[in-house]
Amino acid sequence: MSEHIAHHDEHRDDEGSKLGIWLFIFTELLFFGGLFITYAVYRHGNQEAFHLAGKELNVTIGTINTVILLISSMTIAMATTSIQKKDKRTTLALIAITLVLALVFLVNKYFEWSAKIDHGIWPGSPLLEELGRGDTLFFGLYYFMTGLHALHIIIGMVLIAVIYRRVKNDRLTHDNFQLLENGGLYWHLVDLIWIFLFPLFYLIA
Amino acid sequence: MSDTNHHIVPYRTYGLILVLLLVLTGISVAVTQIELSRWATLAALLLACTKSVFVLAVFMHLKFDHTIYKVMVVFIMLVMAAVIVLTFFDYGFR
Repeated sequence: MSEHIAHHDEHRDDEGSKLGIWLFIFTELLFFGGLFITYAVYRHGNQEAFHLAGKELNVTIGTINTVILLISSMTIAMATTSIQKKDKRTTLALIAITLVLALVFLVNKYFEWSAKIDHGIWPGSPLLEELGRGDTLFFGLYYFMTGLHALHIIIGMVLIAVIYRRVKNDRLTHDNFQLLENGGLYWHLVDLIWIFLFPLFYLIA
Repeated sequence: MSDTNHHIVPYRTYGLILVLLLVLTGISVAVTQIELSRWATLAALLLACTKSVFVLAVFMHLKFDHTIYKVMVVFIMLVMAAVIVLTFFDYGFR
């Protein structure tokens, strides 16, 4: 690789940093991949129950959350363009929009989970025990996988908040924005996982 | 391949990709709400794969990055595919 980086006082390796976040993304993909395989195997063994249980999920709220995540993915991607154009205002605005969208996603998730819990569906609930093995597996995976995904959203929000601060303080600028790009890559990973969670839990009932 | 450190992607490109992703989402919702159960599952998964290709290529800049990133992503996908196939060789024939 032939970057001609001028000698700065600080030590920096943008390419190495990007490679690092990609390697981390691969571990995350394999981690969720294992869960998707678990889902596939249990679905294979409990088709009727998964079919009926999937109908319990709210397609509208799932679709809204999909749209929210896709838009937030675009705004953080656009921030890597605006920072390179030395447009700090737009960069900050785009990062802020991403954060707000992430928060809206979590609020929706809160209402969605609350509704399920009100209906007596939570891991280990008496109703699930009554419904049997297939439903227990479906909702166990539902809570675990969407919960883990929501945890990733929270981690992503913390990361993006740090990035916001650094852009504001001019510590991330047009010639030094690798952290913004890495944060964006992580955020797109969160989006990628949701792209598969959404059809598997909400749509193919 | 040019080795420009960073390719500035126009806003427009991101906007177009978003529109495309939203359309694909709409299609997958529509397809699965109609009763075509067996094909709907396949269609929803294929649409999800298509969406992830766009996210990886444009939002995650794979299209503009060094080839090594593409090679690694493809490799990871192949590993995943191998594990899925092997798992179902087991569970599919029990």
